[in-house]
Amino acid sequence: MIRTPLRPLARILSARAKGENPDAIERENIRLRGEALRETARSTAEGRLFLMGLVFLAAFVTVCLRMATLAGTPAQEPQGNGLGPAILAQRADIVDREGRVLATNLVTHALYAQPPMMIDPVGTAAKLVKIFPDLNHDRLLKDFTTGRKFVWIKKKISPEQLQLVHDIGDPGLLFGPREMRLYPNGAIAAHVLGGARFGQEGVNSAEVIGTAGVEKAFDGWLRDPANNGAPLKLSIDLSIQSAVEEILAGGMKLMNAKGATAILMDVHTGEIVAMASLPDFDPNDRPRPLVKGDPSDSPLFNRAVQGVYELGSTFKIFAVSQALELGLVSPTTMIPSQSPMTWGRFKIRDFHNYGAQLSVTDVIVNSSNVGTARIVQMIGPQKQKEFLGKLGFLAPTPVELSEAPTGRPILPAKWSEISSMTIGYGHGLSASPLHLATAYATIANGGRKVTPTLVHDPKHHPGEQVVSEDVAKRALAMMRAVVTRGTASFADVKGYQVAGKTGSADKVKPTGGYYNDKVMATFAGTFPVTDPKYVLILSLDEPSTFVAGEDRRTAGWTAVPVAAEVIRRIAPLLGLRPDPTTMESLDGIQLVSAKKN
Amino acid sequence: MRTILYLATALCVMGLAFWAYHVNYATQDRQTELRKVKNEIASLQEGLGVLRAEWAYLNRPDRLRELVNLNFAALGLLPLAPEQFGSAAQVAYPAPPAAMTGPLVGGLDMPATSGRVKAIPVSHQVVEDMP
Repeated sequence: MIRTPLRPLARILSARAKGENPDAIERENIRLRGEALRETARSTAEGRLFLMGLVFLAAFVTVCLRMATLAGTPAQEPQGNGLGPAILAQRADIVDREGRVLATNLVTHALYAQPPMMIDPVGTAAKLVKIFPDLNHDRLLKDFTTGRKFVWIKKKISPEQLQLVHDIGDPGLLFGPREMRLYPNGAIAAHVLGGARFGQEGVNSAEVIGTAGVEKAFDGWLRDPANNGAPLKLSIDLSIQSAVEEILAGGMKLMNAKGATAILMDVHTGEIVAMASLPDFDPNDRPRPLVKGDPSDSPLFNRAVQGVYELGSTFKIFAVSQALELGLVSPTTMIPSQSPMTWGRFKIRDFHNYGAQLSVTDVIVNSSNVGTARIVQMIGPQKQKEFLGKLGFLAPTPVELSEAPTGRPILPAKWSEISSMTIGYGHGLSASPLHLATAYATIANGGRKVTPTLVHDPKHHPGEQVVSEDVAKRALAMMRAVVTRGTASFADVKGYQVAGKTGSADKVKPTGGYYNDKVMATFAGTFPVTDPKYVLILSLDEPSTFVAGEDRRTAGWTAVPVAAEVIRRIAPLLGLRPDPTTMESLDGIQLVSAKKN
Repeated sequence: MRTILYLATALCVMGLAFWAYHVNYATQDRQTELRKVKNEIASLQEGLGVLRAEWAYLNRPDRLRELVNLNFAALGLLPLAPEQFGSAAQVAYPAPPAAMTGPLVGGLDMPATSGRVKAIPVSHQVVEDMP
């Protein structure tokens, strides 16, 4: 660029010649140069502003376009890593402690119809009734021909039925995929599992929600996608559960009982290895709950958890354990046991009169109501209530079943001295068999409180010490004596040193008072007594058997033989070796296979 | 010089654009593939679920019990009983190596017959020896 000088010589010279001031020329030139500079700066700034405007415009257009696309396109779920929801089953499986399937999902189809799309509604209705005989033909025909837009026909159909419906070939019949809950083992552990049903239903899917048992208690957990499809591992052992149910069903039939329940619990962890309640049901086809009458008549009723009964003499060991713990008695202390014992206007009687006095051990062995009442008198009502509270008898069991809160123990309105005496031998306080199992586990494991649970957890946290280890050991020795020379002699299973206590409680009439001929026979025991591993509670509801010339209802003749058979069958399955010293037939290995060699 | 620079820049932009599109299409291909694989996993998982359910159904204790009863003549299976537990002391010691003529047979002192060996379960052997 050629720079114009501020004082061009030619113009200066001519200005000087004319006598003008040459400085004016310089000023004029400075002004012109300044103007030119300003002009350039202005146009540069203008250009920049324009560019800036363009950039903003472009940015806004981009944002607008993006917004338009987002608004105009159908929503799509973001795809993350890992398995998408389509891959995982919507409800987690339930397995037993060995990982065997107890509940799983099966893909099936739901059948629905869109009558406006139908070609031959009348013929279709007739053909559908042929495939599904339980459908009502007139109702179906009405649904198809009265202008309804949408009709559900079947919630679950099998692949064979699907094919048959396909073969009808009507375009108005449509299928929606469904995941249905399947309990492959049928009625086994029915009360534990509960059941499931469809919740919100759409054409493409339906939610499955638990209706009872662990299915309901863990409903949220089972449906939580965050678990990544991990199954719920229960503490139940399928083979043991099945064996217990088989024997219990046989025993119930043999003893003419109207119901039965059994609980097998690990004494250290409180894990329930088997829990059966009879009569039972098939969770795949859950019956409807009773709307009137006694709910305990329904097979849905879980006697082990919901049924609260006066459990009778099985309670005596708690009174004795507490007296031992408080240092009031020792196993050899003599207790007055003259029957009947009169207390105010009440009389406490024994099954037989056991004479003037009995040792504490013999009070348990002979199951003396009078002796127990005397021991409870020494303890006092307040302390007894506290102790039973520590064993868990004052609140519903915290087990993970939706029915558990309904198994609320029935306590006396006023815990007076006479009610404390009757509670001492198991009358006046109603509790569920699971309560009893938990309390027996506490004594069997050396006095540590356990929490009953249905979930298998390899980590175990020992509970608070309720009675000292020494007291627990002495209580166990007494229960062992009940089996060796007392009311539970049928429970002496060779090799497994069973310890336990029987209880035969007269059933309470709904109108008040007690039945004469209806009892709840219970056996509560633990094995092996040298190092207790499991507690077994077995109850028969209204058993009666004709043995040795008379009708027998007491637990020693009814519940105990069944419990012994249960222990004989399941102890080997639990991996417990029989103790060779109490197993006289264990001189050599016996050939037990029935196969002829 | 400047022209070369412009040309080079333009080529570079074209190259980068080509690379970017290439990567984009490759990503889309992979995504399609992934979707296919996921669908396949889903259907396989579904099949696996059905097979598991079927396995559990066929192995349900009720059915096994019935099968055991039906095939009692052939199998002779009975429930496990406490008497079936034995102790290690009841198992026979293997014979001294010098007495062995043939191949070793399950640690039992039975004569091996010319290489063809009939295996007999240990417990049965012991039982036969018992008085």
